[in-house]
Amino acid sequence: MLTGDRRKKRLDRSIKVRTEGLYAVSSWGEMVYLIAPRFVLIVGLFTLPLVLDMYWQRVLCSAGIYALLALGFDFLAEFVGLVCLGGAFFVGVGGYISGLLNAYYGWPPLLSIPVASVAGAVISTLILLPCLRLRGIYFAIVSFMFPLFAVYIIVALGVFGSTEGISALATFPNIWIEQYLILVAVILSLFGIRRLVSEDIGVIFQGIKDNDQAVKASGINITAYRTKAVFITALIGCFGGAYLSHLYGWLGLSLFAMDFSIMPIAAAVMGGMGSLVGPVLGAFILTPLSEALRGFGQLRVVLYSLILIGFIVYKPEGLMNYLQRKYHQFELWEKV
Amino acid sequence: MADEFLLQVGGVSKAFGGVQAITNLSFRLFKGEILGVIGPNGSGKTTLVNLITGFVRPDSGKVFYKARNITGLQPHKIANLGLTRTFQIARPYDSLPAFKNLIVPLNSPRVRRTRGGKLGDIEAVAIDMLEEVGFERDARVPYKTAGSLPLGYLKRLELARCIALKPDIIICDEIFSGLSMSEITSMIPFLEKLHLEGITMMMIEHRLRELFRLTDRVMVMNFGEKIAEGMPQEVIENKEVRKAYLGTETS
Ligand SMILES: Nc1ncnc2c1ncn2[C@@H]1O[C@H](COP(=O)(O)OP(=O)(O)O)[C@@H](O)[C@H]1O
Ligand SMILES: [Mg+2]
Repeated sequence: MLTGDRRKKRLDRSIKVRTEGLYAVSSWGEMVYLIAPRFVLIVGLFTLPLVLDMYWQRVLCSAGIYALLALGFDFLAEFVGLVCLGGAFFVGVGGYISGLLNAYYGWPPLLSIPVASVAGAVISTLILLPCLRLRGIYFAIVSFMFPLFAVYIIVALGVFGSTEGISALATFPNIWIEQYLILVAVILSLFGIRRLVSEDIGVIFQGIKDNDQAVKASGINITAYRTKAVFITALIGCFGGAYLSHLYGWLGLSLFAMDFSIMPIAAAVMGGMGSLVGPVLGAFILTPLSEALRGFGQLRVVLYSLILIGFIVYKPEGLMNYLQRKYHQFELWEKV
Repeated sequence: MADEFLLQVGGVSKAFGGVQAITNLSFRLFKGEILGVIGPNGSGKTTLVNLITGFVRPDSGKVFYKARNITGLQPHKIANLGLTRTFQIARPYDSLPAFKNLIVPLNSPRVRRTRGGKLGDIEAVAIDMLEEVGFERDARVPYKTAGSLPLGYLKRLELARCIALKPDIIICDEIFSGLSMSEITSMIPFLEKLHLEGITMMMIEHRLRELFRLTDRVMVMNFGEKIAEGMPQEVIENKEVRKAYLGTETS
């Protein structure tokens, strides 16, 4: 009955194709069509702090940190060709620097956070630099091990509060700064990186991913460009860490926790690798979900893994790529 | 052609594990010439290109370019000096549109320097360049992703990448291989044009008849050694060359 006499037909809304790079928007309708998704995203995120209670506001903050890490992971993996599992390292380095600047020198968070983001990014990039020529899985493994080293070094040397950490760091002056600082950072990073990958430097990054030998033959120093890409990722990751240490007014070994390396990958897979916005959304879905599942104790990990496996098997493109496709296409049944 | 040479390879050797790919090889590339390099598969031709352009370090020996020792220099630095190469197996950026493939070399320090830091409408420059190497202008081909292009275009893209760098030397590693007769015939005038514009070339080829239309000096390699060098006709008649490469057949 259903078989044979009709089939699904997909049509691209031609406006997307036409506007790529040209911005020849001719009507209000088209304008709305293009801007609506961005508008919904920004307004949606910025409304959340107004409607959530204290507990969920905190969850929103950690979701924002995971979103930054997931964004960085997606950028490096899909647009530069580096699989970096160093999320925990960035958070740890940024968190410790900002926290220590506050604890030892009394810098206020609004000063120590930006300084820690930049200094942390420089340090992380310098440490990862010798590994940049490693390919594929090797870079992933090495970047995954650095947080472990950091923890051992801090414990072995007994510095920076050792296993206890340092508490009573300055927190944010008020809840609104706390909430909107991270949300604005997420939005700025998202649109900044989207812009970046469409510029010449993004084309070179993509070239390095597709064929690094050809980039060398083109007279481009691939190590220099990889370094820039890692710095950008480290910068937003270290910001996340610096923010985190002042969110709870505490720094300690759990800033280097593996969650910061692994959760972003789950968020990126779920949200859709290569879409940049997908991993961000993924983080804002997965983080609250994992909070809600807290009651299940250890079973939480199982449920969590099932969701991931489900996505990898049934929707490997991820949520966002699926939604974008739907948004940009008409689908209709056609008689044959 | 005076005796002025652009490139001098002096006694280079390279072994991969037990395989001696290049053994004590020396030659010069004169300014403005097209040097042909022929030899059986596995005789070390590609390795020689890699040694000259910095992709592989020689175990011993030296490479001089414009009287400067470039042995062991990194590939991107050598490319920025105007010494460029194509790859035997084309290396496009599959996910990028063909014209965006050229954005990469157009952002090299060499190009930026000559353009005084300003690139202008870089995409228009890239599309013009593709047209120059034989992409149809109005067709959608320059906008298609490189991964979807047939081999003929990919070989042209290889050349375009070199030309984007405004090179002094282009080393072509089997640029004709895999192409149809008509594709080769249409590429030859373009190579002649580059030659006339003063670009020095080294062409590794198996298609002797087509190669000899372009070149007046040929070097023959076998098992990593140079076994003959000279005018095409005398090289073809050389006994050792016939035994090693041409077999009984006379092309
Ligand atoms: N990267 C490499 N690793 C190991 N062996 C190699 C490598 N590159 C080339 N060879 C070996 O060196 C020899 C010469 O190869 P090549 O330069 O590709 O020859 P040609 O281009 O003349 O066909 C071959 O025996 C090949 O197997
Ligand atoms: Mg070869």
